[in-house]
Amino acid sequence: MRVVPSARPRKLAKVPFVELADGRLQGVVSSGSDIGRVYVSSVEAGTYAFSCSTNNNRPCGGARGAFCNHIRALIGEAVLQYGAERVARYLKVDVSGEQTDAQGLTSAMTSTRPAQGDRSAAAQVFSRFLRHLAYLEFAPTTAPVPEMHWFPTTGAVA
Amino acid sequence: MRADLLTDAVEGLDEALGAVDGFDQVLVGGLLRPQPAQAVGLAALADAVAGSPLAGRVAEAAEKSAAGAADEDHYLALAAARSALLGSVHDALVARVEEAVGRPRAEEPAATADGAEHPVNLLMATRGWLCDVARAGWQGIDHELIGGAAPVVTAMLPEPGLRRLATLLDGFAAELAASCPGATLERMPVRRWADLWSRAMLLTLPGADRATAVAEATGRLLPLGVDLHEHATAVQAQVHAVFEPADGGTPRLVRAGVSAPKPDTVVGAGLWQLLRPHMSLLAAVSEGRAMELDAMPVTAEGDLIWDDARATQGEPAEPFTTARVALPTAAAAPVAPVDRHPARIAVPVLLEGYAVEDAGEGVAFRVAGERLAVGTGRVPAAGPLTADAVASSAACLGLLRWDAGQFLLQPLAVERTVRKKAVAVHAGAWAGGTADKAGVRAEKAATDAVNVLRERAGRLLRK
Repeated sequence: MRVVPSARPRKLAKVPFVELADGRLQGVVSSGSDIGRVYVSSVEAGTYAFSCSTNNNRPCGGARGAFCNHIRALIGEAVLQYGAERVARYLKVDVSGEQTDAQGLTSAMTSTRPAQGDRSAAAQVFSRFLRHLAYLEFAPTTAPVPEMHWFPTTGAVA
Repeated sequence: MRADLLTDAVEGLDEALGAVDGFDQVLVGGLLRPQPAQAVGLAALADAVAGSPLAGRVAEAAEKSAAGAADEDHYLALAAARSALLGSVHDALVARVEEAVGRPRAEEPAATADGAEHPVNLLMATRGWLCDVARAGWQGIDHELIGGAAPVVTAMLPEPGLRRLATLLDGFAAELAASCPGATLERMPVRRWADLWSRAMLLTLPGADRATAVAEATGRLLPLGVDLHEHATAVQAQVHAVFEPADGGTPRLVRAGVSAPKPDTVVGAGLWQLLRPHMSLLAAVSEGRAMELDAMPVTAEGDLIWDDARATQGEPAEPFTTARVALPTAAAAPVAPVDRHPARIAVPVLLEGYAVEDAGEGVAFRVAGERLAVGTGRVPAAGPLTADAVASSAACLGLLRWDAGQFLLQPLAVERTVRKKAVAVHAGAWAGGTADKAGVRAEKAATDAVNVLRERAGRLLRK
């Protein structure tokens, strides 16, 4: 009955936040070398215009002219969380005939030589991340929510 | 249990569902430029409620909609007509279940209670979005249209009085977003989306979702099991139980729920961790204990509005014993008019002496010659109950539900015979915590996820 399977469990240390929204695959990626640094990365649907910058709004050194490792990690975790098919559909990547996994998706996008997008996306990604985090802070309620009967658990994750 | 009654045809059911399906097809194409086929579906819906107090308003709404000239009130009337039809289906199915199970029903009518008024502007914003979606139709949805729900949800979530609508809208919009663009969809859950749409429309009526305590419950609460609900950004655990009033009155079937919004990456054991601190009953369920209630607020529908301060731990109480001894005489509460819908049917039953059929299309029980499908998919992932355990069970405590035209059993717990002894496995055994090896691992993974989320957020926020 459920249309959207619940997110598959994944380790959040490398990519604490990933989502398909605002016409982009976007998220927050931890720096591999500096515990205090996080990157805000995104890829636009259709054009694959990409952007990556640090929490201090400095451009990512790796994202000059091509997908950096943060963006590659972002794609990998998005595939883990949503499944490759849904990510491909959202980004409008034609993977017919190619392997439908993170690697196949990434190479299908890089082969079109996407342009570097402007960094204005970072602020929006940041605000989406805050919205996401706010979901941890809403107080639970013990009043009945009968509407949730339409959303049974699917037992899909362990 | 008279299982034959569950497989017998219900009179009038096909006709009612036929009218519902006709309307649901209207929502597939949308109401911006209605086609002749859609006019037929609309007229059939109006015909189906022609003998009810809704008749005049629905006939007008059907006519205006078919002409492409419907306003929000017209859409609301259509949603009401569809809900009324499914309400009648609900009533017929519940009557059938009661006959099959043979339990008493509490006679008092569901009283309408007063509740707080909601900020009307957010209800109107929601209704506006729902009407835009109905105009576009499922085939016309795109990311821009569906994204319009996000600001409304964000504004509603902090308001406790709007939590129900916010939670519904959030789950519905996420589902539609995952299916955009609608033009390229090969299959769509037509009845389900029409259900969610109509439900949300009705909840935009101020006061429609009031659940107010009308009495206080003092006595012993004997848990039967936990029913878990979740979508990407919300979770609810509902404990079904038998309540024995201290004054010696009739035992009653009650529920106690706790729900919360959540980030989509909180799953599995993380769901229990989120809810656990807010309802001591979850720990009692895991430990197999009863609880003593002192003036716990309860609604006319039999929903306890749980307050840890009004409950204390009781004696050990094994749910299968409760099901054998207390459940047969426990009376079910009446259902509030707005909540009458087949999807909400969840009747606790105990089944024994069945044969298991485990071939091809999932597990089913053969009860007194009748086949009853078993919904093993509705069992929480973070728990010890598996489809294999269900398939090798000798007794099953579950919720009788109705979905896609048939009754099915959602297992809450099973008893298996291991070395000539009955061993119980409960779906909600890990709700309050667990010492089980796999459970401990799941708990740790869930704790790590939330800690990482908070820590990483801190880095970003401190810049």
